Amino acid sequence: MVGRSPLLECVHLSRVLPGSPGRLLLDDIQFELAQGEILGVLGPSGAGKSSLLRVLNRLDEPTSGTVLLDGQDYREIPPRELRRRVGMVMQRAFLFPGTVAENISFGPKQAGREITSTVIDELLSHVALDGYASRPAANLSGGEAQRVAILRALANEPELLLLDEPTSALDDASKLAVEKVFASLIERRGLTCIWVTHDGRQARRLAAKALLLENGRVTASGQIEHVLPEAVE
Amino acid sequence: MIGRFLHSQISQGLAGCLLAAVTALLIMALARRRGVNMLKELPLAQLRGFLQIVAVGLILGYLLHGPRWTGIPVLLAMMIAAASIVRSRAKNIPRAFALALQSICVGAGGVLAIMIVGGVVPLQIAILVPVGSMVIAQTMNMQSIFLDRLRGEVLSHIGEIESALALGASTQVTIFPYVRAAFRASLIPSVDNIRSLGIVWIPGIMAGMVLSGSSPLYAALYQFVVLSTIFSAAALTCFTASYLVVGRIFNAQEQLLLRA
Repeated sequence: MVGRSPLLECVHLSRVLPGSPGRLLLDDIQFELAQGEILGVLGPSGAGKSSLLRVLNRLDEPTSGTVLLDGQDYREIPPRELRRRVGMVMQRAFLFPGTVAENISFGPKQAGREITSTVIDELLSHVALDGYASRPAANLSGGEAQRVAILRALANEPELLLLDEPTSALDDASKLAVEKVFASLIERRGLTCIWVTHDGRQARRLAAKALLLENGRVTASGQIEHVLPEAVE
Repeated sequence: MIGRFLHSQISQGLAGCLLAAVTALLIMALARRRGVNMLKELPLAQLRGFLQIVAVGLILGYLLHGPRWTGIPVLLAMMIAAASIVRSRAKNIPRAFALALQSICVGAGGVLAIMIVGGVVPLQIAILVPVGSMVIAQTMNMQSIFLDRLRGEVLSHIGEIESALALGASTQVTIFPYVRAAFRASLIPSVDNIRSLGIVWIPGIMAGMVLSGSSPLYAALYQFVVLSTIFSAAALTCFTASYLVVGRIFNAQEQLLLRA
């Protein structure tokens, strides 16, 4: 049987806390992710979940090891090009001043690509924000802002999307709305994602595979029903 | 009143310094009632400033009799001292001294050179050094405000900056709104100085020229020239710093280095 080559491969990835040589934020992380897979990354606070996403987006540099994106060492890819290919949504939306449409078109504009208002309206309709294009981003609720942040990352058409606890700052209703929207986007676009979460049930709802981290090390990985059996109802 | 008891110019000057310093200390003693305690810091600052300005007076007195080129090393030494003071304000910005010195050399050095070549500032030590020192001092102040404000803007917008980077934006695009805010903030005091010229204050050069017998109209025109020169030099310094600082705030991998 010939296996599909992974879209993303972490190879002995480690990162030391700057200024504290003895403190490993990531310790010899290894895993693979194939095209179209959703990986849930779980672990307690300080386990290294956000550090892992930051290194994958190259907002931070690995101390040793590397990441292969479609078989290529990601350090050979210019940072801007890499970040367009590997999108990231942060815990908080951090929308830019301006309208919702300006936020969504920000990424493509950086790559010299314009997206039409029709495309923006269509994207907004996918996340139940019809008619929001001309609204000031500053006036959105937390849940709305986070949905716009997801669209803003998707507008770059990334090969891989990293989501760093995108629902952690939201109330339960907004959290479920974002999750629902995200689930429909996965279906529509066949997204490849890494979703960091504290919540095992959320991971069960969204991801097929899971990676458990503790003190920067992988303690378990594999199919989610094997890694998180207690969440199986 | 001092003139009644002291007859030499130097002893009158020293007595004036003492009176001015004691007045400042008394006001700072009063400020303790509002929780501001600078009674330890102020005397040291006063002593340092006094010794520095007296040293400059002595050096100027010596240089006035020397060749014209001697003004250049004096101004260079002032630029180095100014860059060192800017560095202390630019906390956490790597290689801030070199950044400050390069910007001051371009801003103050460039504009002074234009004024010297244009014949506006004569290459005479008695004029070049005082005018140059005012230009360098203002470039130092404006650059300190610029870097301090930029540091604050960046630290309070790390999320927005990293979000923009994560979307594939360049470091120049990412930092642009914060550079603009810091640049504007650094220009405000100088623009206010020009705007209030003659209404709120009559600067030292004009006062000195009038006291020494120059035509008040010429003194006013020359004062405008000096203030505009100072503004151009300071603005060019901040403009230069606004480009150089990006290479200090981000590394070659376009990762944000500046942290609280």
